[in-house]
Amino acid sequence: MTTSTADLAAGPSRSADPAAEARDERLRRVSLIARLMRRPELGAVAGLVLVTIFFALTANPAMFTLAGLMTVLSPAGQLGILAIAAALLMIGGEFDLSIGSMIAFAGLVFGALIVVGDLPLLAAIVATFVFAGLMGAVNGQIVIRTRLPSFIVTLAFLFILRGLSLVGLKWATGGSTQLRGIGDKAGEGLIRELFSGQALEPLFAWLAKADWIAKFPNGTPTVTGVPVSILWFLAIAALATYVLLRTRFGNWIFAAGGDPNAARNSGVPVNLVKTTLFVLTACAATLVAILTVLDAGSTDARRGFQKEFEAIIAAVIGGCLLTGGYGSAIGAFFGAIIFGMVSIGLTYTSFDSDWFQVFLGGMLLLAVLFNNYIRRKATGER
Amino acid sequence: MTTAPEQAPLIEVRDIVKHFGSVIALSGVSLKVSAGEVLCLLGDNGAGKSTLIKTLSGCHKPSSGEFLVEGRPVAFSSPRDALDAGIATVYQDLAMIPLMSITRNFFMGREPIRGFGLLKWIDFDLAHAVTRDEMHRIGIDIRDPHQAVGTLSGGERQCVAIARAVYFGAKVLILDEPTSALGVAQTSMVLKYINLVRAKGLGVIFITHNVRHAYAVGDRFTVLNRGKTLGTYAKSGIAMDELQNLMAGGKELQAVSEELGGTV
Repeated sequence: MTTSTADLAAGPSRSADPAAEARDERLRRVSLIARLMRRPELGAVAGLVLVTIFFALTANPAMFTLAGLMTVLSPAGQLGILAIAAALLMIGGEFDLSIGSMIAFAGLVFGALIVVGDLPLLAAIVATFVFAGLMGAVNGQIVIRTRLPSFIVTLAFLFILRGLSLVGLKWATGGSTQLRGIGDKAGEGLIRELFSGQALEPLFAWLAKADWIAKFPNGTPTVTGVPVSILWFLAIAALATYVLLRTRFGNWIFAAGGDPNAARNSGVPVNLVKTTLFVLTACAATLVAILTVLDAGSTDARRGFQKEFEAIIAAVIGGCLLTGGYGSAIGAFFGAIIFGMVSIGLTYTSFDSDWFQVFLGGMLLLAVLFNNYIRRKATGER
Repeated sequence: MTTAPEQAPLIEVRDIVKHFGSVIALSGVSLKVSAGEVLCLLGDNGAGKSTLIKTLSGCHKPSSGEFLVEGRPVAFSSPRDALDAGIATVYQDLAMIPLMSITRNFFMGREPIRGFGLLKWIDFDLAHAVTRDEMHRIGIDIRDPHQAVGTLSGGERQCVAIARAVYFGAKVLILDEPTSALGVAQTSMVLKYINLVRAKGLGVIFITHNVRHAYAVGDRFTVLNRGKTLGTYAKSGIAMDELQNLMAGGKELQAVSEELGGTV
């Protein structure tokens, strides 16, 4: 209570300070539950708990060993990178349906630069990111300048990029839809280590030696390391959450998605924010492309197929509203883990793994209903 | 209510004219507002209130006429210019986002920043404290500044929007029909706050078509009709029903009013 504008305090309706303070305390304590309910990621956390309980009861215990966990987290990591970027964009009030096709296209560009263009790995990675960023900016500019819904603009790019990937692959390979030999030509080294294979191997070896984790009779651990994609996933989740909740840009994302006009009137550079978010989603797709292409050593036209929907589903499970202005990055993180858990987990159970899609649709529907309910409750929308 | 001494008014416009193609929206409007005074801008629909506000807040450029801020002629090319000159406009839609917290709305676009270089974060300790303080000061007990703006009542939202403009250094506050959608208790909350803002030495332009609300806080009244100023009256110089008739622009209303039992 010691700001410079204290002169306004001379107003008539000023109650005695101690009483007001006491009342304030009481109200704050009551609102604790409400504050928890107000977290957009609550649904995703609850969902994760439910799914975990479900698999704990039905699945082979092998699923909850370290090795099982890694198998679950691998697809979750790749999807999660996309889902977090998609979540930020959704909070900013836009969609990007082209990210799945962008993975195939970025994979093609990256592969062609290495195999056909003979570029060193680092140069190819940088060039692919720059190119993808430009594509994202084009998406964003079209949406902003035409004021068309991003849904329809990026739907066009879903097909354009998928088609271009096919055409480009045939051009680069002389007729095939698969470009091989990327892994061999990419070579080894630090850059490669950053984008493929496993990390933290010494740590796991040490853990095995200390008998902390399971190992084979010859002393090598059953899990030799963490796939780098999982580390990227964790790092991006942490960074995105920080940006969204603690920085000015994060506030602008919420504002741009909540009400672009109000945001503009308050001095928020809405167009810049949205364009940046489109660039970021394209770059997330590119990162996934590079991670998967380097791991597989090849790329094909079906890479990233339907990933745009999976990413949006994970973001919605994570608490994002389709109308923008509300959601969380950490929610998308949990959403992606739920996704990975269900897709892999079913193989640990006696259920037919074709149930996956049913489960997925059900989760999505539940999440949307839940989000809607929570939002109305928490914000008291009238 | 005492009117501030007539030195240099905060805003003065003389014979402002604004055309949109062949439409003459404003044909010679004059008004002035001084520090510590509430000027009520009255007028029926289509009188040119909105165009006038938008001209004062920098959205439109006047076709001709003089526009002085603290005695100096100005020509705003964007709302940002007007804001920099200390003219803040609180529009009917309030420029608030219901799903965002009170603090985030309060500081939207002007977040207090800490840290250096790439590592900059919003100083939420400061932001929450300021928000809570400012709200407390106007008698709104916000349970917690994380609360979404959507949970506030219409009057409270209006007050948050005004408080935001005041906090960020407005000298003149233009309020666009702040009471039009509010109930009785909420209206009195907003009117009380306008009173408070005047006591702080700001000039207020209060746009309304409710004479009762205008009469409750206004020092002077400027009546607009068909793009012209019909006149400016001090509170001591005009009664409420005279003002009402003037605003309706004729005697017909009085006839209707009598038919309905004098309650329009």
